[in-house]
Order: sequence, then C-alpha cells, then structure tokens
Amino acid sequence: MYAFLYKLASPKKFYQMAGQLIPWCSGLAILLIGYGLLGALVLSPADYQQGDAYRIIYIHVPSAFLSMFIYLMMAFCALLSLVWRIKLADVVLTASASIGAWFTFLALITGSIWGKPMWGTWWIWDARLTSELILGFLYLGVIALKSAIPNREQKDKASAILVLVGSINIPIIHYSVYWWNTLHQGATISRFAKPAIAPSMLYPLLSMIAGFLVYYVIVMLIKARTEVLYRERRSTWVKELFK
Amino acid sequence: MHPKRRQRLTYLLVIMLGVSIAIGFVLYALRQNINVYYTPSQIIQGQAPKNHTFRLGGLVKQGSVMHAKTELEVAFIVTDLVHNINVSYNGILPDLFRDGQGVVVQGQLTAQNEFRASQVLAKHDEKYMPPIVKDALAQAKNSTV
Repeated sequence: MYAFLYKLASPKKFYQMAGQLIPWCSGLAILLIGYGLLGALVLSPADYQQGDAYRIIYIHVPSAFLSMFIYLMMAFCALLSLVWRIKLADVVLTASASIGAWFTFLALITGSIWGKPMWGTWWIWDARLTSELILGFLYLGVIALKSAIPNREQKDKASAILVLVGSINIPIIHYSVYWWNTLHQGATISRFAKPAIAPSMLYPLLSMIAGFLVYYVIVMLIKARTEVLYRERRSTWVKELFK
Repeated sequence: MHPKRRQRLTYLLVIMLGVSIAIGFVLYALRQNINVYYTPSQIIQGQAPKNHTFRLGGLVKQGSVMHAKTELEVAFIVTDLVHNINVSYNGILPDLFRDGQGVVVQGQLTAQNEFRASQVLAKHDEKYMPPIVKDALAQAKNSTV
C-alpha cells in the first residue's frame, strides 16, 4: 500500500496514471450528470410549496457541497505539503483553487436567484451566506498569493498555511444554520438523520452531487498534469516527452 | 514518525488550535450581531434594541392575517408559540407568505407588542416533497384527529 502511494507521489507516475484515469472519469461524469439532469428536470415532481422553482437545488446543493469539499481537499494537501513535504500535494492544491472558487461563485449566484422569489431578497447578511462569501474570498486569496510570490517553495508554503488556517471556516459554514438564527434553512440531507426530501427528488440530487464530484476530479487532474509538466520541465522524462 | 515531521505537525496543530480558539471567542462575543433576527420571546424580555431597525423572526400565527380591503396594508401576528408580536406592513408579500409560514420581518417596535415592518421575508424550511405526498399527509392527519 505504502509502496503504491509512494509510486503515485512521484510526478512521472502521477502524470501517466492521471492521463489513464481521465477518460474513465469522463464517462462516469456523463452518466451521473446525465441521469441527474433527467431526474432533476423531467422525472422528479414539483414541490408542494415552491412548484418548479425548487429545481435550482440540483445545481445549488452540489455546488455548495463541492465548494466545501474542495477546500477540505486543499487543506489535506496543505498538511501533506507542510509536514511530509510531498511535492505532489502542492500540485493538487494549486490545481484545485480556481475550481473551488468557481463552485463557490455558482453556489452564491444560484442561491441568490432562488432567494429573490422565495425569500423576497437577493442577499441577506446571515451567517450561512456570509461564511460562504468568506470561503470565496479565501479561494481568491489563495489564488492571489500563488501569483504574487515568484519563488515556488515560498509560495507553496505561504498558500498552504493560508489554506490550513482558513479551513476553520468550513465547520462554521456547515454549522452556521444551527449555531445562529439564519434565514437560510437547515441541511436537507444529513448523514445521521432521514433526509427531509422525498426519495423521488433525492436520488437525482445525490447523482448530481456525485457527478459534480467526478467532474471536479477530471478538471483537477487535467490542471494538475499541466502543473506537473511545468514544475518538472527541467527533468529528463519531461524532455523525453517533448522531444 | 520522523522527529522533524512530528515537530512540524505539532507546530501546525498548536497554531490551528490557537486560531480556532481566537475565532471561537470572536464569534461568541458577536453572537447577537450574527443572529439575523430576534424571537418574540427575546423582544418581550427587552433584548431587542429600542428605536432601532432590527429583524423579528417567527411563525405567522394561524388565522391572524388580515388584509385591508382597498390597499396593500396587511396585519398579522408573529409567534414563537410562546409569545406573540403584532406586525403591520404595507407592501407586496413574498410568494411563500401564508398561515403557519416562518417569516423574518425587518422594522421597528412602535409600542410594547406592536411592530411596524418595512420588509417581509419568507423563511423556507428544509423539507421538499411532491404535492401528492403533502395531500396524503394531510389526509392521514385528518383521519387520526
């Protein structure tokens, strides 16, 4: 197991394995998002209160989930990078930042579009919305820090520390609706309780979440491969590749 | 674990713990500002600011909504099932506004229990279901009562 992980952590091996993995993931993502969209737009019934307007959750919930999941992924990479000095962790962290920023943006925008007709306002400074906005700024901060420092080792270290410290925001986002009075509703799907959503609406939603997750893996791998090539541009195997 | 790595891990954990505690204290100190609304009970206890705009949250009491005949003026009672506050409002209500619905209204107290609203927001809960299920639930409830 350790031998396999060590192999994977070598840039060359990662580059090859990621290349093989991408087509498989693409097929899986098309299946999951395809079923999810069909279920979301055609098969699932309208809501008893909101009618068809609730269907925006099929984009909103997966985006919000991914925005937090990607950040946790980056925090894990930051830990690997700072403590174990694994080079590949910095590559994955760098590749993930902009994807996470886009998912945060998508979650905020779709929530806003839903909020206007349902709540009666585009935006309110409640704990959930504000902490999600801070998450967006954290992503932008990581991207800005990465491009502000020219020295690679310094920038990897600085952004890893920023990511780790910022990860305190993740539990705050998740529990904000329970710790404070908010306009945003509580979680619909929870690991421990029975979901507060009808099964016919739930399965397409789970499929969309899984599909978005695989989509993130695809885009992250593509970006990480480019990053690996750039970082290893002076090594022999990259020169071999582009002879 | 290599002693060097153990040392780095310990440093990081101490930093994270310190920052978490600091943020925890800040959020605890700001808790009343972070809450988006006051409940009717808090207002009765005098916790809400006087002569200031703030938000009140609770449920629209069943059967309390009274529309004016010729204009948009509307009056209703917001309750947390313990205390009630009378709310008056002039404007368009959100689609989800109805009896028993959670609402967040922004405005000022004009008297002890009287609240003049400048904005009414509907609070949606986390439940999603098709209309058929809702009807079946209502029927089941009626047959047991």
